[in-house]
Amino acid sequence: MEIGWIETTVGALFATVVLTLWLSRGSGWLEPRFWRNAAVVSSLIMTGVLAYLTIDSLNQIREGSARVPAYAVINKEIGLKRDYEKRRDIPVIGEEVGFFGKVWSEEEAYALVNKGKMTLQSRNCMDCHTLLGNGAYFAPDLTRAWLDPKWETMVKGMTGKASKEEAMAAWLQHPDRYPTSVRRMPNLGLTDEEAMALVAFLKWMSAIDTNGFPDRFAGVQ
Amino acid sequence: MTQALPQGRLYESQKLALWYFWVALALFGAQVLFGLLAAWQYLDPNFLYGKLNFMTNRMLHINAMIVWLLLGFMGGVYWFLPLELGREVVGIRLARFAFFTLIAAVGIVVLVYLLVQYGPGNAFTLWLITEGREYIEAPRWADLGIVAVMAIFLYNVVATALKAQRITGVVAVLMFDLVALAGLYTAGMHYTPNISMDQYFWWWVVHLWVEATWEVLVGSIMAMALMHLLGTPRRIVETWLYLEVALVFGTGILGLGHHYFWIGTPEYWLGLGGFFSALEPIPLVAMVVHAVYDAGMHRMHTVNQPALFWAIAQAFGNFIGAGVWGFMQTLPQINLYSHGTQLAPAHGHLAFFGAYVTAILTVIYMALHQVRRPELARFDSKLWKWAFVLMVVGIFGMSAAMTVSGFTQTMVERAIGGSTWQAYIDAQQHPWFQNGMVWRFVFGVFFLVSYLLLLWDLVTIGKGEARAVKGVGAHDQ
Repeated sequence: MEIGWIETTVGALFATVVLTLWLSRGSGWLEPRFWRNAAVVSSLIMTGVLAYLTIDSLNQIREGSARVPAYAVINKEIGLKRDYEKRRDIPVIGEEVGFFGKVWSEEEAYALVNKGKMTLQSRNCMDCHTLLGNGAYFAPDLTRAWLDPKWETMVKGMTGKASKEEAMAAWLQHPDRYPTSVRRMPNLGLTDEEAMALVAFLKWMSAIDTNGFPDRFAGVQ
Repeated sequence: MTQALPQGRLYESQKLALWYFWVALALFGAQVLFGLLAAWQYLDPNFLYGKLNFMTNRMLHINAMIVWLLLGFMGGVYWFLPLELGREVVGIRLARFAFFTLIAAVGIVVLVYLLVQYGPGNAFTLWLITEGREYIEAPRWADLGIVAVMAIFLYNVVATALKAQRITGVVAVLMFDLVALAGLYTAGMHYTPNISMDQYFWWWVVHLWVEATWEVLVGSIMAMALMHLLGTPRRIVETWLYLEVALVFGTGILGLGHHYFWIGTPEYWLGLGGFFSALEPIPLVAMVVHAVYDAGMHRMHTVNQPALFWAIAQAFGNFIGAGVWGFMQTLPQINLYSHGTQLAPAHGHLAFFGAYVTAILTVIYMALHQVRRPELARFDSKLWKWAFVLMVVGIFGMSAAMTVSGFTQTMVERAIGGSTWQAYIDAQQHPWFQNGMVWRFVFGVFFLVSYLLLLWDLVTIGKGEARAVKGVGAHDQ
């Protein structure tokens, strides 16, 4: 279901004004009663609209939907493509390539990404990094971290690992050993399992359709 | 219980309010201190590296802020409520119990943050150490405690109004707002691996809680403050309060959409969020008009100059910090590049200070006036003006510096560099960015000095002059 934002906006404002005026018949616009009605009506109508849109939005961002991929996407190749009509980049899911050398079932992928999210929260990543642009600003944005060219161009060489996911996991476990800038990430004592799960989470997150943020990541053509 | 206390005596609720204020001020100090530590780590990344990392300082910085502002609000309500309703607050023992429970809980959480800092990636950490979600890092046991304390607070307001058989417009707004305040906080306590859903409800706490229910709560407190400070007639104050609620909720609830641009949610939020958040400054402009008009009517004369100045700073600070700095980056076309840069903390610092810190300081100065001086005597000192001016300069300086850094990030990292890891580093090493961080720290030190002056002023103002009131003695608690 696609909702037009202009219709929603005009409808909500129109309903608020009409209902307020109707309820306040006989009051001047400077009287407390008029604005009390306006306060109650606007709060109720806007809350109602938010509730309706929340139900619709939650349906659209459920894992496995068109916007938020199923967790098993970690088995696939993920990339970004410019949509010139919409003037934004959209994630594209490609061939099955496996993850850490195996193909994960939907349940296994869920367990892994879930562990990754728990790890992310337990190490307080958002108080340095931003995810989907939210968080602190002391360290890079992680929205498309999986697609960052640096893993291939620098980290693979530093860690001597054969695949990107192994290089990422090794780097995450010993960020203090592999500095990339004067500002270093502290060693937060990730276990092998936690590091692998975190990489899975980052890979999954990079496939979410974020309405084109960040724009032209890594110079997408 | 007592009806209309004799001149110069305090209600029990007001004595409790003073406790809330002093603890709030102490946590304000902690906020500034950990903010400075975090700001210094931008300049010297090796400072306390591996011992007290940026993430921990930053978490303490923002959590201290949330708790001290909440304590300040609760103190403000406990201060004005008996005056508004003409009777003692019921459940005062319960209120005291909630106060000490909250303080103990905050103490434990802070110790865990400092000594343990983080834990393994499982539910144990989320329940007992930290939930690791910016602004709502409190472990879940503490979350439940906060909701319980807010429930006690709500109960006290409602029960007092019912017992007094008097529900004024201000109290009615307050009651409805507190229901939303306690309710919305629970939206931040759910765990899901789905980051889009996580962020969807996270913003119910970070936007709807802080930008809507807090705004209305502070509006109710300022309404009660204005009636006492300037003798503004109730009819006018309440009309303005209703108007503010209509506009804040009318624009702010769907203005939430400006946080839903890039988290995976459907495209219609781009339009809705852009439109409604563009309307969000309107109530703030209205407040500035009102404040200037009100102060002008009284030719800026009142027996409590510091409170009046902080009240006016509230109107302007709210408008500039929340309104102007917010609007600057709220349209999706701009936000696509400015999102996730130092422009966000520039707006955050100015908005929290302008909207909330100033309001709490207004109320504290009013409370101390009543405690230390007779009602019609002037409440003044030499120091308060210095604290006032330096603090305003400090916060504007910090915000301006972060704005320059944020602008650099917007251009170098987002617009030109394609937002990669390397583009991030390039922006962080750009001279404009680095100068911004230096000046942010300089003005941060400035702010710390003004905080100390303010604290000293609050401890001493009005003391040592003949007190015509008897049986007060609550100021030294």
